[in-house]
Amino acid sequence: MKHRGLFLLQLGFTLVVCAFLIVPVILSIMAGLTVNYFVGIESGLTLRWVIEVWNGYRDTIFLSIGLSLACLVVTLILGVPAAYVLAKRQTALTRAMEELLVMPVAVPGLATALALIVTYGSLSGFRTSWGFILVGHVLFTLPFMVRSVLAVLSAIDLKTLEEGAASLGAGFWPRFRDIVLPNCRSGILAGSLMVVTLSMGEFNMTWLLHTPFTKTLPVGLADAYASLRLEVGSAYTLVFFLMIMPLLLALQAFAKPRPAKFVAEETE
Amino acid sequence: MTTQAGKPLAIALENCAKTFPDGTRALEPLDFAIHAGETVVFLGPSGCGKTTTLRIIAGLEEPDAGGRVLFDGEDVTRLPIEQRNVGMVFQSYALFPNMTVAGNIGYGLRIRGTQEAALKARVGEMLDMMQIARLADRRIDQLSGGQRQRVALARALAVRPRALLLDEPLTALDAKLRDTLRLDIDSLLRSLGITAIYVTHDQAEAMALGDRIVVMEHGRVAQIGEPREIYQRPATRFVAEFIGTMNRLTGSAKNGVFSCKAGNLPWAEAPANATEILFRPEDIRVAESHEETGLQGTVAAAFFLGDRTRLFVEVGEARPLVIESTARRAFRHGETVRLAIDPRGLVVL
Ligand SMILES: Nc1ncnc2c1ncn2[C@@H]1O[C@H](COP(=O)(O)OP(=O)(O)OP(=O)(O)O)[C@@H](O)[C@H]1O
Ligand SMILES: [Mg+2]
Repeated sequence: MKHRGLFLLQLGFTLVVCAFLIVPVILSIMAGLTVNYFVGIESGLTLRWVIEVWNGYRDTIFLSIGLSLACLVVTLILGVPAAYVLAKRQTALTRAMEELLVMPVAVPGLATALALIVTYGSLSGFRTSWGFILVGHVLFTLPFMVRSVLAVLSAIDLKTLEEGAASLGAGFWPRFRDIVLPNCRSGILAGSLMVVTLSMGEFNMTWLLHTPFTKTLPVGLADAYASLRLEVGSAYTLVFFLMIMPLLLALQAFAKPRPAKFVAEETE
Repeated sequence: MTTQAGKPLAIALENCAKTFPDGTRALEPLDFAIHAGETVVFLGPSGCGKTTTLRIIAGLEEPDAGGRVLFDGEDVTRLPIEQRNVGMVFQSYALFPNMTVAGNIGYGLRIRGTQEAALKARVGEMLDMMQIARLADRRIDQLSGGQRQRVALARALAVRPRALLLDEPLTALDAKLRDTLRLDIDSLLRSLGITAIYVTHDQAEAMALGDRIVVMEHGRVAQIGEPREIYQRPATRFVAEFIGTMNRLTGSAKNGVFSCKAGNLPWAEAPANATEILFRPEDIRVAESHEETGLQGTVAAAFFLGDRTRLFVEVGEARPLVIESTARRAFRHGETVRLAIDPRGLVVL
């Protein structure tokens, strides 16, 4: 009886927290679907705002998707080997590198963006391309990739596993492909999930880095809120959700850890 | 069994020292040879350099400058492990968690580009040999410790290595399982005729498995020899005390008699300068009443073990003598016993 009471209490608390998080989202989405937000839901439901957003901001959506995928590719190529090296070589240098990697996360995005503009702003071709924003996003998201892969690599006895593979004749590349990568799969997937989500939603830095031709989804969202009707802004939020939810769900499904079964000692 | 291809490997170490980057001197210069097809056990206390020596042979560590590792007379010192074709069994097994049992066993063959059919056949053969065929599709985290050990052995042997190196393969298992697996490993090594190096700090394991034992102490080889030789003719006091129990009497030898506090021991071949004699518990016994003997002591403790009684007999030395008595009688604390020593078991160091 006592346990049941505790369970109900926990359930209630969880539901309250969920409601706290989800209700604003639902309200915002509803606002994007009502004819007139100030009149309320009685004014009727419409897709007009969504269509308006699609027509006006389609490009920001495609840019954001492209940007986050490019960001993912770059962080994978840079981050996974970096995590591997950090996991393998525990020296003062690698530990210092590990600490340095959190810098872009700790420093406000605006500051990083400013530094990028000061450094590369004069390269006009680069300044106006989406590559400029990509650099910012990579700086910001790389630590998340490295950390999440490193966490998995540190939890397994990588050195001995590699020695085992080497004793069976596997050189460096086969080892990396067959042993290292598969065993940090969950870290790579978790890192990818973070990188794509963070890149999609990044606003601080992107707001400073963008040009009228390189507007990302969150920047467009700010635009819409600032200059258009609240319904359009809300419809934009809805579109943003529709974009990012399937992605999140897909990555989440991949990242699911395999269940580990315990097997008692069998004497033969 | 026909699982081994070709001739077994002879291994030699020449002047192999090892200093780690942090300055730890793990090995003093080592020289010894392992004959083709024999099972050699590295035995010694923790930290004496057994693993380091094994890793140098495997190619996982390089000896300090001047050291050489020879396989069948050919210098392989600079050859990385993946080119040495030695099978290795790690204490922690090092099985790949991302592969099934069959995947683990077949990995070495896959790396070598073996045809799928041949690979399957060989994996099946290994599964049968290690009696783990029903585990073929399990993941590693679904295996018990003993089963993992078998998979590790099968994986190392599947590629027909030139030698098999095992680093304390049974230490992580409980005593009963260790006994079964030790027997299995013993018969496996014998039937394969493969050159094998087995690292352990368990002297019983070393005695049971080794054709020869390399006893190590502080990065040096203390003695190399057959188990019987190491046990009966230890070369140093360290070897004598590390392996089995040793009794000790101090005194002096004169005219074929060794005199000590316990009395006089007739010993025709006694070296004139002997001040200390060593012998095993099985070489001393409680004398029968009609026997003539010049040695005696008092029982300090007696433990009845069923088939025998372990006696601790005080003879005025630093440590009491240990005697395994099969006499069909009880011993009392403080009782005086007369002792007989078989001179053939005496060792002077
Ligand atoms: N990578 C390393 N760096 C520094 N010192 C090391 C390293 N590996 C081993 N040592 C040192 O070298 C010595 C020999 O170690 P080794 O592992 O060969 O001992 P061992 O005989 O296998 O001991 P155990 O029975 O405990 O496994 C030890 O003093 C150990 O601390
Ligand atoms: Mg060791």
